[in-house]
Amino acid sequence: MSAISTVIRSGFALAAPDQDYLLQARQMQALSLGVHIPLVCFGVAFPAMVLFCEWRYLRTGDRLFRALARRWSKVMLALFAVGVVTGTILSFELGLLWPGFMANFGNVFGLGFTLEGFSFFVEAIFIAIYVYGWDRLAPRAHFLTGIPVAIAGVTGSLFVLAVNSWMNHPGGFELREGRAVRADPWAALFGNPFLWHEFVHMYFAAYIVAGFLVAAPYAWGFLRGRRSRYHRTALTVALSVGAVAAPLQVVIGDWAAREVAAYQPTKLAAFEGLAQTTSGAPVHILGWYNGHEVEYGIEMPRLLSLLAFHDPNATVQGLNAVPLADQPPVNVVRFSFQTMVGIGALLALLGVVYLYIRFRHRRLPRSRWFYRAVVLAGPLSVVALISGWITTEVGRQPWIVYGTMRTTQAVTGASGIPIGYATLVVVYLGLAAGVWWLLRTFSRVPLEADLDG
Amino acid sequence: MAEIPMVFILAGLTAYTVLAGADFGAGVWTLLTFPGRVGPAETRDHARHAMGPVWEANHVWLIFVLVVCWTAYPVAFGSITSTLAVPLFIAAVGIILRGASYALRGQLDEAAGRRTIEHVFAVSSILTPFALGTVVGGIASGRVPVGNAAGDLFTSWLNPTSLLIGALAVATGGYLAAVYLAADARRLGEPLLERDFRARALAAGGCAGALALGGLLVVRDDAPMLYDGLTHGAGAAMVVVSAAAGLATLALVWRAHLEPARASAALAVAAIVAGWALAQRPRLLPGLTLDQAAAGRTTLVAVIVSVAAGAAVLIPSLALLFRLFLSGRLSPGGTGGEPAALAPATARRARSRLRAIFAATTVFAGVAVTVLTDAGPLLALGIACLFAGAISMFALAATGPDHDS
Ligand code: HDD
Ligand code: HEM
Ligand code: HEM
Repeated sequence: MSAISTVIRSGFALAAPDQDYLLQARQMQALSLGVHIPLVCFGVAFPAMVLFCEWRYLRTGDRLFRALARRWSKVMLALFAVGVVTGTILSFELGLLWPGFMANFGNVFGLGFTLEGFSFFVEAIFIAIYVYGWDRLAPRAHFLTGIPVAIAGVTGSLFVLAVNSWMNHPGGFELREGRAVRADPWAALFGNPFLWHEFVHMYFAAYIVAGFLVAAPYAWGFLRGRRSRYHRTALTVALSVGAVAAPLQVVIGDWAAREVAAYQPTKLAAFEGLAQTTSGAPVHILGWYNGHEVEYGIEMPRLLSLLAFHDPNATVQGLNAVPLADQPPVNVVRFSFQTMVGIGALLALLGVVYLYIRFRHRRLPRSRWFYRAVVLAGPLSVVALISGWITTEVGRQPWIVYGTMRTTQAVTGASGIPIGYATLVVVYLGLAAGVWWLLRTFSRVPLEADLDG
Repeated sequence: MAEIPMVFILAGLTAYTVLAGADFGAGVWTLLTFPGRVGPAETRDHARHAMGPVWEANHVWLIFVLVVCWTAYPVAFGSITSTLAVPLFIAAVGIILRGASYALRGQLDEAAGRRTIEHVFAVSSILTPFALGTVVGGIASGRVPVGNAAGDLFTSWLNPTSLLIGALAVATGGYLAAVYLAADARRLGEPLLERDFRARALAAGGCAGALALGGLLVVRDDAPMLYDGLTHGAGAAMVVVSAAAGLATLALVWRAHLEPARASAALAVAAIVAGWALAQRPRLLPGLTLDQAAAGRTTLVAVIVSVAAGAAVLIPSLALLFRLFLSGRLSPGGTGGEPAALAPATARRARSRLRAIFAATTVFAGVAVTVLTDAGPLLALGIACLFAGAISMFALAATGPDHDS
């Protein structure tokens, strides 16, 4: 033990890396996550949607559903492939950008990624069998090969989120000289109360994003007169996914906020820009936090206390409970939180309108405004997703392991981050162009190809 | 105990070198399509098709190596990634470009820009294994000290040993790929392609062998400790095994026994990875032995248990994939049963009414319980209700009649 700590002390604990690059490193990490996460929403939610269509085909013998599942499954495979490469980048980046974090805490949370690796392995194997097996396996067997894809998408995201929630609410180790010892990874990852709201909230977010993003191009087609039975069916399935998930997400978000209030009061204070500990704390909509209070916002009295503790008079801890050096950048957190909640409310409304018309009149809405809104809802749901992550991750600052290790202690000492950052931006732009082009090509394949096949 | 995860890492590394190495090599052969009896376009198509559905799975080996390393030997991992940041970054970019260009290429047959995409694919197929090889060289030649970016950002990977191993990685990939592609060509009944790729296999195998032998001399000067390990004891034994397997493969390819050649080529690679590990043992990085680098007992046990459990799921799945793929059932033109549509189910009004009641109840109960409770089993029940409600509501919305259509 002592030999190790000597080695460590001469290495990570004492190294004072060049902090100039911290900001770029953080932006690079955020950029890569921001690219990966919308893609993996499809890894989580799309398999279930495709399987639903195939199941309808098996139940009813209606080949239209088979064509739909088949077309979607090609998109699923392409997005999966891109999800894999962007995820691989993330695994590299964790080491490249945050070696201090990996070296001192890898023994606690690394297991989550080991398990994740197995999940994605299974997903990769069965997705290949599923997509290449359409004409080559018996229908039932083919359906069954899709089930591991759906399961692995869920377990994979569960394991990654276990890591993230551990970073937000660390436990399961003892700290010695800035390094985790006596780590118990199972307890750290899965005995963590912070995990469950993150998982459920992210899971619903994945369905919202996948549902509305798939619905958007069909809604666009509707506006331009493409309303065949095929288009109506595709739109109904995709829109039903998003429309059911969106209103429920508000309830889950409320749960998430209560968990944050319980475990990360400083982050909660940053959501609102609450400088002083206050009882009966208000919420300000919009506005700007100037370091002492929120200016120019619309005040909703006692709402924060009500939301965070379900009691309009509850006392909410303010930012001043911790020194300035321990406070996150308030305006970033506030702005992204409000963006997420604002978009979340709009999406929920859209979902309720759709479900009302769908159940009451047993048809799709007819208003062109509805379809314009759906076209917008796709990209907006991605904005909400990324805003949510910015809320969580920036709200955790300045800690990489909440209350235990500062981000400044984790960052790499290697120079050249700006070059890496610039390269990555270029590469991602190319990737985005490629994906865009690919999806356009898919959408132009004539439908008959899938109806006959 | 501290050594078991290292065994996993080495196994993963071997699998990655053999499987992904062959993928990278196939990329190389989309560039070097001459000289040959078969035209460049067909050669490229053959090289691409042979990868087919399995390629997605291959990077997971690398990810596996990374994650086991950072969980079981965190300090070593942090030191390696910070000092060797440049080649690792290059490899990462190579992996994105390769994956993306492969996915794109598969979809465009005649479109403009195809050649560019093919070049990106080929170049990244060379760049990535080369960069990863230089990483191995940096570690093997003891140029990664413990600490956050404590080693030199450039000489740690731009040095004789690294360059050698980088080149060797590319050549080995080309060699493995050519052997596999020759075997595939035979399976598809393409004798000319088969002969081309056999010739390529011999050429690449010769290069890899020459690099390995000449490389020993480079290593003697550049990394004496590694050289000692490779020329004495167990390390030397592995080098001999590898050389023998390599020669055997050449002979097998020469005489066109392609299936056994696949196996012996893989053995040659596995032996050299094992040889490297044995040569370095017990030193992981300078001044850091494997035991010192290892995480605590609980973590190691957790890693071992989860790898064992993961393997139990994975190995049958992989076996299924390879069986379907190698037996040709998943390649284009394979045959399968024509889907027999099941009898249409008649919708039942009463059933759908019951479903509506179920959906409404579970959503309502789920929302109420989730909003009103703070933690514990009741909350879990509320969330479960939300899920049940969401699924049943979706089913109603998605399957109900559409009066406008
Ligand atoms: C489509 C996406 C989406 C939508 C519509 C919403 N959220 Fe969200 N939110 C996310 C997607 C998201 C996420 C997946 O991006 C986050 C980041 C971390 C997490 O667990 O989920 C998140 C985090 C997050 C957090 C921080 C949790 C933490 O730090 O651990 C809170 C308090 C909320 N959300 C609350 C809400 C509320 C009250 C919403 C309703 C109006 C809402 N979210 C809609
Ligand atoms: C909320 C966070 C995340 C979720 C929900 C998530 C989920 C997923 C999913 C579902 C996939 C499968 C690919 C796909 O379907 O497109 C995937 C791939 C991957 N993710 Fe993530 N991920 C998250 C964050 C991360 C992070 C932080 C890392 C790395 C450090 C990471 C590493 C990977 C890797 C390496 C792959 C590729 C695995 C393969 O080869 O199959 N992910 N992720
Ligand atoms: C679930 C897995 C995730 C893991 C393990 C993870 C891990 C990390 C790490 C190691 C950092 C750098 C250190 C730090 O700034 O504290 C970071 C920062 C960041 N992450 Fe995450 N993250 C995850 C999910 C996400 C997602 C999905 C996003 C979406 C965009 C995201 C957005 C960010 C942002 C914006 C930062 C920068 C914070 C800042 O600049 O202040 N994270 N995350």
